[in-house]
Amino acid sequence: MTEEEKIQQELIKKFAILDGKIRMQRSRRMYVEVSPKDFEGVFEYAVKSLGFVMLCSITGLDEGATLGFLYHIAREDGIMLNIKVSADKNNPTINTITGYFPGADIYEREVMDLLGAKVKGLSAGNRYPLSDDWPAGEYPLRKDWKKQGGV
Amino acid sequence: MHKVVIPIGPQHPALKEPESFSVTLSGEKIMKFSARLGYNHRGIEKACEERTYIQDVYLTERICGICSHSHSTCFVQAVEEIGAIAVPKRALYIRTLVGELERVHSHLLWLGVAGHEVGFDTLLMYTWRDREIVMDILAMLTGNRVNYGINTIGGVRRDMSPEQGKDILKAMDTLEERTKYYIQVATQETTLIQRLSGVGLLSHDDALKLGAVGPTARASGVDRDVRRDDPYAAYADMKFKVITDNHNDVYGRTLVRMGELMEAYSIIRQTVKNMPDGPLTVKAPRKIPAGEAVSRYEAPRGEDMHYVKANGTEKPERVKVRAPTLANIQTVAKMLENRQLADLPIVIAAIDPCFSCTDRLTGIRQVGKRKRNVLKWEELHEYSIKFYQEHGVDFTNLNNKLTKLLK
Repeated sequence: MTEEEKIQQELIKKFAILDGKIRMQRSRRMYVEVSPKDFEGVFEYAVKSLGFVMLCSITGLDEGATLGFLYHIAREDGIMLNIKVSADKNNPTINTITGYFPGADIYEREVMDLLGAKVKGLSAGNRYPLSDDWPAGEYPLRKDWKKQGGV
Repeated sequence: MHKVVIPIGPQHPALKEPESFSVTLSGEKIMKFSARLGYNHRGIEKACEERTYIQDVYLTERICGICSHSHSTCFVQAVEEIGAIAVPKRALYIRTLVGELERVHSHLLWLGVAGHEVGFDTLLMYTWRDREIVMDILAMLTGNRVNYGINTIGGVRRDMSPEQGKDILKAMDTLEERTKYYIQVATQETTLIQRLSGVGLLSHDDALKLGAVGPTARASGVDRDVRRDDPYAAYADMKFKVITDNHNDVYGRTLVRMGELMEAYSIIRQTVKNMPDGPLTVKAPRKIPAGEAVSRYEAPRGEDMHYVKANGTEKPERVKVRAPTLANIQTVAKMLENRQLADLPIVIAAIDPCFSCTDRLTGIRQVGKRKRNVLKWEELHEYSIKFYQEHGVDFTNLNNKLTKLLK
C-alpha cells in the first residue's frame, strides 16, 4: 500500500464522512473537500497526527455563490494534501489557522484583501498586498469585479 | 531607554526593491520589526485569468527577473498535469538544465549582494564578474540573459546543440574552480566569518514553525528540497545532495548556497552528458479540460508553488502563485529580535528576498493623472540621455569617440 493510501485510510477511519471524498490526482497529490464544521477537526488531525507539517499556501477561489479556500499542506516526504472549505459569499468567514502555522498570517491577509474573506481570530496588522488607499469593498479577484480607470 | 520607531522604505537607499519596514529600537537594539509588503503588486494573478494559457506562460515568466524560469516551469507543470500532457524527456532535461543554470546565476548574485551588505565589495566584484560566465551560457542557450522564454506548454522551445553542450561543460569547470575559491574565502577569511556568524539567528524549531523554505530553512537544519522530495522535470534521474547546515545564521546560509552551487554544477553536467534524444515538444490543446493542479518547484530562494484551476476554456479560471520570499519574510522578524540595527541589511539580504515575486504586480501610471504611460525603447533611451544632461553629465563626446573607434 502506498503512503497516500495509508493517509486516505487513516482519514476515513477518523472521519467516516470523508469516505469516497478523497481524490488522489497523482502520486503525492491528494484533494479533499470538507464542510466548515468539519474543517478544523480534519485540519488539526492532518497537521498533528498525519505529519502534514508544512503550510505551502492558502488559495482563495471565487466559485459563484461561495468562496472556496484551499489549504495546501505538505509532508516532509513530498505528499501534499489540499483541503478545501467553502463559505457563503455574503458572509465569507473562516477561522484563522495561525494557531497551527504562525506563518499563515500573510496568506490569510491576502485572501482578505483580494477576495474579501473575513478571518476570525486573526490579530490586527498591516494589510497585504493592496495599498492603504484601496477602496473598501473592492475585491479584485472576485469574478464580478470590474477594473476601473487607471487601476 | 526611550524607544524610537524608524521607518525604512518603501523608498530607501539601503533597499533594492520597494518594501516598507518599521523598526522599533531601544538604543541600537531592535525590539520589534514589522514589514509592509505589496508595493510591487501588479495584479498578475488577475491578469492570468484574462489571458490564454500560452500568454500566461510569458506572463508568469515575468513575475520575477531572477527566477523567471522557476515561475514559468512551475506554471506549465500545473497546466500539463491538468491537460494530461506527457512532456518529452529531452524537454524535461532542458528545463532542468536551464533551472540549474538559473540557480547558479542567482546564488552568485546573492553572494555578491551579501558581500556588498557587509562591506566586502571585492567579493561583489569577483562574483558578479564570474556570474557573467553563466549569463553568457544562458544567453547562448536561450537567446536571453533573463526571461529565457524556453518553456511552452508541452515542452521547450529551443534545443541544445552538442557544441553548446561542450561550451556549457567548459564553463562549469571554470565556475567550479571559482566557487571552490569562494568556499575557501568563506571558510578561512576571519573577518567574513566573524561578520556573518551568529547574525540573523533562526532556530530549527522557528524555521519549521514559521514555514521557512529554501536555503533559509536548510541553513537551520531543515532537510527539505522539493527537487528530492517531490521530484519534477528530470530531477528523479539526477544524483545530488541536499545541502543543509546547522549554523542557523547568515554564515550557514552562505555555506548552504555555496554548497548548492557545487551541486548545481554536478546536475548541469549530468543533464548535458545524459541528454536523451527525441522531440522537444508535444502539441498541447489550446483549451485545457476542467481540473486543478498544484505544482511545486525548488527555486533558488526556496519552494515556489503555483495552483492552477482550469474550466475547459482557453483561459484559466484561477492562477495562484506563492513565491518563496513570502514564506521567508516572516522569519526576518524572528531573526532580528534583540539584534543590532547594523545587522538589518545583511539579515534581510540573507533570505535573498525578491519582492517582485512576492507581490506579483505592470504598467506605469503618471502620478496625479489617471493615464497609463508606456515608454518605447527609443523614448526611454532619449529620456535617459536628457536626464543625465540635465544633471550635468553628457556622454555625447564619449559616444562619438566610441562610434569612431568601432568603425
